[in-house]
Amino acid sequence: MLKLPLYFDHAATTPCDPRVVEAMLPYFTEKFGNAGSRNHKFGWEAEKAIDTAREQCAALIGATPREIVFTSGSTEANNLALKGAAEMYKRKPAGQTGRGHIITAMHEHKAVLDPCKRLAKEGFDVTFLQPPPDGVITAQMVKEALRDDTILVSIMWANNELGTINEVPEIGKLIREYRKTKGRDDIVFHTDATQWVGKMPTNVERDGVDLLSWSAHKIYGPKGVGALYVRRKNPRVRLVAQLEGGGQERGFRSGTHNITGIVGLGKACEICLNEMDAEGVRLVALRKKLESTLIKALPETGVNGHAERRLPHITNISFGYVEGEGMMMAIKDIACSSGSACTSASLEPSYVLKSLGVGDEMAHSSLRLSMGRWTTDEQIDFVIASITKAVEKLRKLSPLWDMHLEGIDISKIEWQAH
Amino acid sequence: MAYGPKVIDHYENPRNVGSFGTTAEVKERKDIGVGVVGAPECGDVMQLQIKVDPSGRIEDARFKCFGCGSAIASSSLATEWLKGKTVDEGMGIKNTDIVEELSLPPVKIHCSVLAEDAIRTAINDYRKKNGIAAPEKAAAH
Repeated sequence: MLKLPLYFDHAATTPCDPRVVEAMLPYFTEKFGNAGSRNHKFGWEAEKAIDTAREQCAALIGATPREIVFTSGSTEANNLALKGAAEMYKRKPAGQTGRGHIITAMHEHKAVLDPCKRLAKEGFDVTFLQPPPDGVITAQMVKEALRDDTILVSIMWANNELGTINEVPEIGKLIREYRKTKGRDDIVFHTDATQWVGKMPTNVERDGVDLLSWSAHKIYGPKGVGALYVRRKNPRVRLVAQLEGGGQERGFRSGTHNITGIVGLGKACEICLNEMDAEGVRLVALRKKLESTLIKALPETGVNGHAERRLPHITNISFGYVEGEGMMMAIKDIACSSGSACTSASLEPSYVLKSLGVGDEMAHSSLRLSMGRWTTDEQIDFVIASITKAVEKLRKLSPLWDMHLEGIDISKIEWQAH
Repeated sequence: MAYGPKVIDHYENPRNVGSFGTTAEVKERKDIGVGVVGAPECGDVMQLQIKVDPSGRIEDARFKCFGCGSAIASSSLATEWLKGKTVDEGMGIKNTDIVEELSLPPVKIHCSVLAEDAIRTAINDYRKKNGIAAPEKAAAH
């Protein structure tokens, strides 16, 4: 028997794996020490736990433990990477224009876009690459945008709304070669890997990444903790700290360690490292079944973004002539998200879908379904049946569907927008 | 979005769904007024059709809606309210009445505005087809 509602929003957050919770528990009560207390057992225990977590984090991404900086999550890691690098590698003092050039993309997460917009206001020149219709940012696109004053490139590894995968290793290689040919070591490559890490094999050495952000809560760990990888050699990446105080995390990030969270992040990373290969194979099969069955059952239905370059667990589907929020009401036993304006506080449809040049009406008709560690084949069958029923019901209600059947091109109608 | 019971009821059991013919057919019929408002890129389109008897009374109304739950509920409610009213009385339906009846949250008030707009457009379409001038007070709106 299925327990309803079903959770199909793992790209938003994941439940903690019970093994993670178990690892964390002693650190709430008997092992509660402050790692900064260097003179007693409580402090030593905390320090040891943090060292272990640092090793587990490093192992997951092919880094060394000393390159891991614990943060409160990806948002903080992104802010530290972007603002910290911009401040360190700036060309001119604060208050002036021409402080340096930054490359990012229009469909990045807000936790990258907003710091970049802040930097633009502070005199940095920011290029927001427009993604192609398949959503994939290529090394070629970055190459064409590179300038002699480019100091920072930030391209997410995989997109949170679409699940599409950007050419991160190729961009890493490009930046390495660029450094060599230009004789520059003052350009760094950051990737927001929040959706990627723990799901796909990662090696910052092989992939040429200098700064990498991720969060525990997307990989079956607790909320409120994450990490930033900061490369220590070839080249050594320097950052200006954004949180100042007790000098924890080698001065990159002050503040008493979130010991329970860090232990949880470490354990979550360890589990992912061991299980991601099998989990990935299983989730790809479930996703492909979901996509292909829905597309076959429902005309005018399609996956948004590249068909193949995708994470195992995220799909984003538009059901033409049906509005996303109306649809979510019809499938209330399935927790998922939509690019529809009605589901956002701003009443604007998804800027990610818009940036691909997907028409606004397709953005309003989109659902993001994201699966996870405990998603079953039986659940997929339920989702397919529910969505099919909902789309058929709502198309019977939809004036646009009638017009489509009557052969009227709705893009040619002069709508009175309000 | 957590909806009130009336929105959910109209969404689950929409009243008077449908139309009195294809776009081309209803265009020719003088007893039918059509209002299509909103835009696909805004995420809601309402289509309201009224069937008016020779005495000027709305004997039937139908809707179709591309939109969120409150847009569907607002247009469903509009058809219920229109049936049995004269076209002049229909013009008196205000979006605030819809907001109150459905307990729409502030973020969904535009759905009720759209429904009022659909009502006015449908009635005006009927009047135009039949060469009826709008009464002063309605025209002043």
